[in-house]
Amino acid sequence: MGKYFQEEIECAPLEKIKALQDDLLPKQVRYVWDNVPYYRKKMEAHGVTPDDIKSAADLHKLPFLSKADLKAAYPYGLLAVPLRDCVRIQSTSGTTGKRVIVFYTQEDIDLWEDCTARAIVAAGGSADDVCQVSYGYGLFTGGAGLDGGSHKVGCLTVPTSSGNTERQIMFIMDLQATILCCTPSYAAYLAESLKEMGYKPEDIPLKIGIFGAEAWSEEMRRDIEKTLGIKAYDIYGLTEISGPGVAFECSEQNGMHIQEDHFIAEIIDPDTGEVLPEGTQGELVFTALDKKAFPLIRYRTRDICTLTREKCSCGRTHVRMTKPKGRSDDMLIIRGVNVFPSQIETVLMNQGYAANYQIIVGRVNNTDTFEVKVEMTPDMFTDNLGEVQARRKILEDGLRAMLGIKAKVTLVAPKSITRSEGKAVRVIDTRKI
Amino acid sequence: MSVNQVSVFLENKPGTLNKLTEVLADNKVNIRALSLAETSEFGIVRMLVNDVFEATTVLKENHFVATLTPVLAYAIADEAGDLNKLLKKFSEIEVNIEYMYAFAGKERAYMIFRVNDTKKAEALLKGKGLRSLTQEEISAV
Repeated sequence: MGKYFQEEIECAPLEKIKALQDDLLPKQVRYVWDNVPYYRKKMEAHGVTPDDIKSAADLHKLPFLSKADLKAAYPYGLLAVPLRDCVRIQSTSGTTGKRVIVFYTQEDIDLWEDCTARAIVAAGGSADDVCQVSYGYGLFTGGAGLDGGSHKVGCLTVPTSSGNTERQIMFIMDLQATILCCTPSYAAYLAESLKEMGYKPEDIPLKIGIFGAEAWSEEMRRDIEKTLGIKAYDIYGLTEISGPGVAFECSEQNGMHIQEDHFIAEIIDPDTGEVLPEGTQGELVFTALDKKAFPLIRYRTRDICTLTREKCSCGRTHVRMTKPKGRSDDMLIIRGVNVFPSQIETVLMNQGYAANYQIIVGRVNNTDTFEVKVEMTPDMFTDNLGEVQARRKILEDGLRAMLGIKAKVTLVAPKSITRSEGKAVRVIDTRKI
Repeated sequence: MSVNQVSVFLENKPGTLNKLTEVLADNKVNIRALSLAETSEFGIVRMLVNDVFEATTVLKENHFVATLTPVLAYAIADEAGDLNKLLKKFSEIEVNIEYMYAFAGKERAYMIFRVNDTKKAEALLKGKGLRSLTQEEISAV
């Protein structure tokens, strides 16, 4: 298998990729027009028909889809095939409160698993590897996606799913697992647990980590790499578009290649919807070119990143995206630095706190104040005052490493953070700007 | 025998201690001894109560974070010099006291100690003729 899972397409010349997209997009738009009345109405309201889409260059003429559309069309409104052709759903809790349910035909699953297989091979995996999938199995796309890809590569797949840390470690050590797939925060937690159990990096058989599904920093990557003695690769995806594997890192670890034979990526201005030139930071938008059951066109991910077509020395030609900083609609700018609540959440979970927190931003003497309130948990509480203070300091240091600015951590009583509709109010910004 | 002390996390702001005592009062939990350690933002309330199980249950139900900490309790004579005698024995066995608090009863005074190795300290003090109080004895004071 070597360096690539599907070399012909992964390393295809740009012209060939463009030609494929020019061929697929008009067909896909007509397919959606014929089979998804919800999107057809949107196109009609937008004054565009399939006849207007002659090549990929016409993509910008089409209306966007957003999380709100998924909510409005729930559950079957965006389904393009009869249920008898669907073989699976995956689902995500979503942040807007309504579940997202995505349908797959067998073809859709094959396409998705090809992508995760490409990701595993790009990270250096082969049929000789023992691949432990510690992403959650079930409705979440992480477990199913990497499991399928691992099968396609021919790895011995160890489907541990998430949780039960002792058992995870037992499988890693007993079966000499060489690849670990999970969320970065769980990887950090496993790394810490192995360290506490006295394992040194050289005792740990793992060589490769494939981590995704949440925001993580370069610092966190280095920490995990050092503690586990591995190379850690980022993988990106979203349930709406298929799942992990829409984009992934190669050996260069310099951006994630987007699988352009299946997905067209655009970067837009989140405020105006205007398409931005290559290299500009903006909101990532995806169009699935050949998905059958749940074919989304111009789906706004709300993820903020940039794209580059600079040549990658791994040999892959597909466009690369930078690690998304977080969702466009919840970014804060504090002391000139972009802060995403998801980054704070990552640090908290990483250190064993509940992901229940509140960010309080204010302004005193023209300087932003930045406080993070964290609910005390039984696990983090001890009768020793100095120890509680020390743990708080570690949390402050962790936040500083992740965000690049200092936050004041205040420990508050459990359940004391205001909740509305069962969801925590995450940000209180009292700055009058 | 060591005694179970209930340690509770509290935010350092008006009303929080009262909220704690309200929950205990509503559930008829009697506080036998209480001590507070605080920082500018939060504090830890340490108490001996008549019913540890009831106290921790109702605190949990009311969203307090509480933990049980083993402490050693000794009864001494309520007169000048007796605490000094007791602490001299701690010195002799070279046990470090993390914190302590005390309360006086009608006839005797009660000293509560947190040490890092409760079992060892208790055994060594027993060797010096000191018997620590049981949970029942503290409840009955």
